[in-house]
Amino acid sequence: MGQTTDPIVQMRGIVKRFPGVVANAGIDFDLKAGEVHALLGENGAGKTTLMNILYGLYAPDAGQILLRGREVAISSPRAAITHGLGMVHQHFMLVQPFTVAENMILGQPSNREPLMENRAAVHKRLEALSEKYGLATNPAAPVWTLSVGEQQRVEILKALYRGADVLILDEPTAVLTPQEASDLLQILCRLAEEGKGVVFISHKLGEVLAASDRVTVLRDGKAVGTVPSHETDKQALACMMIGREVVLRVTKGPAHPTEPRLTLNGVRADNDRGLPALRDISLEVRAGEILGIAGVDGNGQRELEEVIAGLRPTTAGTIAIAGQTLVESTPRRAGQSGLAHIPSDRYRMGVLADFSVAENFVLERIGDPPFTRHGWLRWDAIRRDSSESVAAFDVRTPSVETPVGNLSGGNAQKLILARELARNPKVLLAAQPTRGLDVSAIEYVHHKLIEQRDAGMAILLISTELDEITALSDRIAVIYEGEIVAVMDGQQADVNDLGLFMAGQKRQDGKSIVERDRIKRREAE
Amino acid sequence: MTEASPMSVTMADRRRRRRELATTIGSPLLGTFVGLLIGAVLILMAGANPLEVYSAMAAGAFGGKRQITETVLRASPILIIALGLMVAFRARVWNIGAEGQYFIGALAGGAVALLLPDLPLIVLLPAMLIAGAAGGILWALVAGLLKVRRGMSEIITTLMLNYIAVLFVQYMARGPLQETGGYLPQSAQFVDAARLPQLFGTRIHLGVLLAVLFVPIVYVLLWYTPLGFRLRAVGSRSSVARYAGINVNRVILFAMAFSGALAGLAGVVEVSAIHFRVKAEISVGYGFSAILVALLGRMHPVGVLVAALFFAGLTTGAEAMHVVSKLPVALASAIQAVVVLSVLVADALTHGSRD
Amino acid sequence: MDWSLVLNWAFLVALLTSCVRLAMPLLLAVLGEIVTERSGVLNLGLEGVMAMGAVTGFMVAYYAGDAGLGAASPWLGLLAGMIAGMAMGLLMGWLSVTLKADQVICGITLVIFGQGLANYIYRQGFRSLAVNGPGMPSLPIPGLSRIPVLGPVLFDHQPTVYLAVLLTLLVWLLLTHTTWGLKIRAVGENPASADTSGVSVARVRYASLLIGTALAGLGGAVLTVVQLNLFREGIIAGRGWIAIALVIFASWRPWMALGGALFFGLADSVQYRIQALSQVALGARTIPYEFLLMLPYVLTLVALFIRSRSGRSEAPAALGRPYFMHRLQ
Repeated sequence: MGQTTDPIVQMRGIVKRFPGVVANAGIDFDLKAGEVHALLGENGAGKTTLMNILYGLYAPDAGQILLRGREVAISSPRAAITHGLGMVHQHFMLVQPFTVAENMILGQPSNREPLMENRAAVHKRLEALSEKYGLATNPAAPVWTLSVGEQQRVEILKALYRGADVLILDEPTAVLTPQEASDLLQILCRLAEEGKGVVFISHKLGEVLAASDRVTVLRDGKAVGTVPSHETDKQALACMMIGREVVLRVTKGPAHPTEPRLTLNGVRADNDRGLPALRDISLEVRAGEILGIAGVDGNGQRELEEVIAGLRPTTAGTIAIAGQTLVESTPRRAGQSGLAHIPSDRYRMGVLADFSVAENFVLERIGDPPFTRHGWLRWDAIRRDSSESVAAFDVRTPSVETPVGNLSGGNAQKLILARELARNPKVLLAAQPTRGLDVSAIEYVHHKLIEQRDAGMAILLISTELDEITALSDRIAVIYEGEIVAVMDGQQADVNDLGLFMAGQKRQDGKSIVERDRIKRREAE
Repeated sequence: MTEASPMSVTMADRRRRRRELATTIGSPLLGTFVGLLIGAVLILMAGANPLEVYSAMAAGAFGGKRQITETVLRASPILIIALGLMVAFRARVWNIGAEGQYFIGALAGGAVALLLPDLPLIVLLPAMLIAGAAGGILWALVAGLLKVRRGMSEIITTLMLNYIAVLFVQYMARGPLQETGGYLPQSAQFVDAARLPQLFGTRIHLGVLLAVLFVPIVYVLLWYTPLGFRLRAVGSRSSVARYAGINVNRVILFAMAFSGALAGLAGVVEVSAIHFRVKAEISVGYGFSAILVALLGRMHPVGVLVAALFFAGLTTGAEAMHVVSKLPVALASAIQAVVVLSVLVADALTHGSRD
Repeated sequence: MDWSLVLNWAFLVALLTSCVRLAMPLLLAVLGEIVTERSGVLNLGLEGVMAMGAVTGFMVAYYAGDAGLGAASPWLGLLAGMIAGMAMGLLMGWLSVTLKADQVICGITLVIFGQGLANYIYRQGFRSLAVNGPGMPSLPIPGLSRIPVLGPVLFDHQPTVYLAVLLTLLVWLLLTHTTWGLKIRAVGENPASADTSGVSVARVRYASLLIGTALAGLGGAVLTVVQLNLFREGIIAGRGWIAIALVIFASWRPWMALGGALFFGLADSVQYRIQALSQVALGARTIPYEFLLMLPYVLTLVALFIRSRSGRSEAPAALGRPYFMHRLQ
C-alpha cells in the first residue's frame, strides 16, 4: 500500500489522566508517511483520547509529540491544522445549515478579509480536490441535505483542504453500510498512496485487518503491541484487545417463539422536520424470540424506537402491545401495556445524571406502590428495592445514593436493564443497547438478552452494529429509508446480502429501485 | 470501584455528602462576603465609611424589637413568593412574573373585600386568601399555557404580563374601585373583617405565620411526594423525564400555577395586613427580590428563609441608614444584586453548571 | 370622534416621524442581541445593560454639556453608554462563557444588577431628581428632507437614526458576508465543529457579547440622551425584554429587526397620540391611559404568538447552552 519511511508522527510516553481514570498510561505510537495505521481497542481503551491529544484537543500530562522529527507542542486544533494534521471525528463536526463550501472555509483566513472568499473560487478549488482523491461532492449543497456517507467525504475533504498530511479518522465506518465502508477503506488506501499518513481508530477486527498496514492495540490505556497487519489474525488481535481468550460468538440455543407480543401494522410517521421517516412499517415480534432491526444509522431507527415507546405520534397504522392496540400512545401507556424500553441514548433518554441510583431505579414507577403510599414517598421501600436489583444485576456503585453520573456507562446501562426488567414487561425494546460499552458490559447485556428471550420475552433489538444483530437475532429485518426491505432468518442471513439490503440496492419484495424512487418523488409533491 | 454492600452508607458517600454540604452552604457564604466587600467599595466611592454604614444597617435591621419586626414584616411577602418560585425554578420553569401575579392576587383578594364587606371575618378572610391565590394561579397559567401549547418562552411572557398586571391594577385603583369621593388612585379602606389579625399584640400579622408554615410544606412537597419528585426530574432533564413517562407539560403547568398561587397569596396578604386598600404602591419589587432570594437560597426552603431575612434586613437597614447618612436606599438593591452575582460566581467556580 | 383630526397629512407625518425615532433604542438593542444569540449566547440581561447605558450616557452627556463641550456632549454620552454596555457584556461573558454558569440565571441577575446599579449611580450623580440633559439637534439631509411626506419621515432626524440604520446594514454584512460572521454563526450552530476547525469558541462568544452589549448600551443611551433628555428609575420600561422577544420575531435577521422595531415604534407613537387625541375628541369617554401604556407589552405577546409554532424553530442550534471544551460525546 504505501512506502515505509521515517515516521512522520511520533508520540512518546503519552500520559493523560481524567478524574478517576487514567486514559493514557504512557503510550508510544508512531505513524509513517504513506501508511495506513489502525488503532485498535475496545471502548474506553484510550484510542480517541490519544488522537485527541495529537489533534490538540487535550493537553497530555506527560510525554512528547514529534512531527517530522521535531518536537512540537500542539495546543489547539488550530495549531494541529497548521502542522498539517486533520481529524475526522466519530460524530461529524459539520455545521448543518452551512453549505459544503462554507464548512470548508470556516476558520481559514480569506484572501480578502474581512469579507469571505469568492464563492466560485472556493468551489473550483474544492472540485479539484474532489477529483484528485475521488471524493465526489457538491460544493453548493447545504450539509443537512447530504447523506451520511457524503458528509463523511466532506469531512475528509475538509482536512485535505486545509493541507493535511496526516489524517486521523475516529471509527469512520460506524455509520456506513458494508459497501460504503469498503469504499471508504479504499479511499484511505489511495490517500496513503498519495503519501499521506492515515490513522484510523476502530474496534472492528475485520476492517482493521483488511485496510491497514500496521495495527497498534490499546488496552486499559496502555499500548499492548504494534504488529504488521499481515502477520496477525482476528483471534490474536482480540486476545491483545481483551487480555484473555475471547469467545467471539455468543452461544445461544434455538428459539421457541409463541404468541405475538408486539405488532406494527402499516405504521407511518414523520421525523422532526415533518418529512416521512417511517413508511408503511409492518412487523411482528413473538414471545421467546429476538427480532433484530438492521440498518445504517439514520434510516428511521430513531423514529421507530420513539413510535413504539409512545414518544412520537404515528400518521397511519396501528401498534399493538400484548394484544392491546394503543391509540394515541404515550410512554406511560406503552409502559402500562407491558413495554420496557432500553433507550438508544442513555443520558438523554434513560437516566438522570443528577439523581441517585435509587431514584433512577424507581423513576418510571414513582407514583406506584410500594414506592408511594397514601400519597407519600416511601424512601425505605425505594432504597430496599433498588439495593436488591443493583446487587442482582451487578451494578457497580458505592451505594444506591450515588448520583448516576458518577457511574460508568456500562453500570448505568445495567441499571437501566435492571429497572426495565423489574417491571415484568411483556415486550422489551432494546435500542443500541451496547453503544459505548466496554467488552465485559457488552457480554453481560448480550447474555441477559438471550436469558430473557429463553424465558419467553419478546425482544425487538434495534442496532447499527451488524455483528450484534447477527449474533443475537432469531430473525432479522432490514430497515432502509423508513421501510422494511427484507426479513430473514437470523441463522441463515448472509452478511453480503444484508449489506445490499441496508444500502437500498436490493429489496426482498422485488420492487425495483427505479420504482421506489418514483414513489418517493410522488410523495415529495 | 469498591464492592461495598449497596445498603450501607459508605465512607465515600459520607465524604461526598460532606463536600456537597460544604459547597451548598460555603458558596453562598463566600459569595455574600464578597458581595458585601464590593458593596463596601461602592460605599467608599460615595464618600462614606463602610464599617459605619454596615453597622448602621445591621442596627437598623436587627437592632431592636421594632427593627426586627420591621424586617420580619418585610421578609414575609418575599419569603412566600420565593418559596413558590423555588418550586418553579426546580422544574426549570422560569417564572419571572411573580410581581404581576402578586398584583393580580392583591386585586382579586381586595375586590372580594370591597364587594363583600358584610361577611364575618371567619368567612371573609379565607375567601380573600383563596381569591388572591386563584388570581395568581390564573395569571400564571396564561403564561403556562402559552408555553405548553405554543412553545412560547415563559421568561418573556411572564414579564410582559407583569407590566400588564401592574398597569391594570393601577387602572382599577384609579377607576372602578376608586374610593368614592376620593382623589387618590386607591380603593376604599377595607373593613375590619378584611384585615389580617395581628399576633399577640405585636405588629406581626397572621400572614407571617402563613409564610413560615409554607417552608415545611414546600420541603415536604419537593422531597416526599411523587409530584415533587417528578417536578425535580423535569428540572434535571426534561427529555429523560418524558421518556420515563412523566407528563412534562402537566408538571410545567403545576409549577407555574403553584408559584402563581403563592405570589398571589403574598399580594392579598400584604393588602390585607399592611395597606388595607388596593392601590398602585403595594409592592417595592417584591416579585423581583423573590427571584434573587430563591437563587441565593440555593432553591432550598431553609436557604430561602435565611436569604429572605437577609434581603429584608438589607433593605430595612438601608432605609434606616439613609436617614442617618444620606446614602440612597438604592444602595441596598445594588448590594443585593452584587451579592447574588458573587454567589453565582462562587457557585460556578466550585462545581460548574449542567447541560 | 372627529376623524378629520387623524386623517390628515400633518398628523400622519408626525406619527410616522415619531415612529422612526421611537424605534431606534429598540432597534439597537435587537441588533445587538441578534449578534450575541447567533453565536449561541442567550443574553437575557438586556434590560439591565440598557439601564446602565442609559444612566452612563445621560450623566456623561450632562456633565460634558455643563463643562461647555457643546455639540460634542451628546456624542460623548453615547460613547460612554456603549462602553458601559460593554462592561456589562464583559461581566456576562465571564459568567456564562468562562465560568459556564446557567445563562438564564445570569441574565436575570444581570438585569436586577444593572437596574439597581443604574439607579444607585443616578442618585449619587444627581442630588435633585428631575434634570434635563442637553439633547441632540436634528440633522436633516439636505434636499431629500424636503420631499413631501417621505422627507420629514425618513430624512429629517437626529443623526443617531441614520447611524442606527447604518448599523443594521453593518450587522447584516457582518453576519452574511464576512469570515467573522461565518465564525459567529458556526459557533452558534455547532460549537464543537467550529472548535475542531480551529475557531476559538470562547473568543467568538466574548466578541459577540461585547458587540451586542455595546449596541444595547448605545440603545439605552440614545433613549436618555437623544430622545427623552432625562433619566429616571425604570426608564427602560421593558424595552430590553421586548427586544429579546423581537429577536425571535425577526428570526435572528437584521433587516427583519428593523421592521419589527419600526412596528413597535409605530405602536408607541400611536399610543402617545391617541392619549392626546382621545382627551380632546372623546370628551368624557377617554381610553384609560393605562391600557394605552399596555400596548407594547400586549403587542409583544401577540407577535410572539404569531411567530410560535410547535416544531423546529429557527434559533441557532446551540443557543443558551454553555460549550464545554473538548467534551466530544
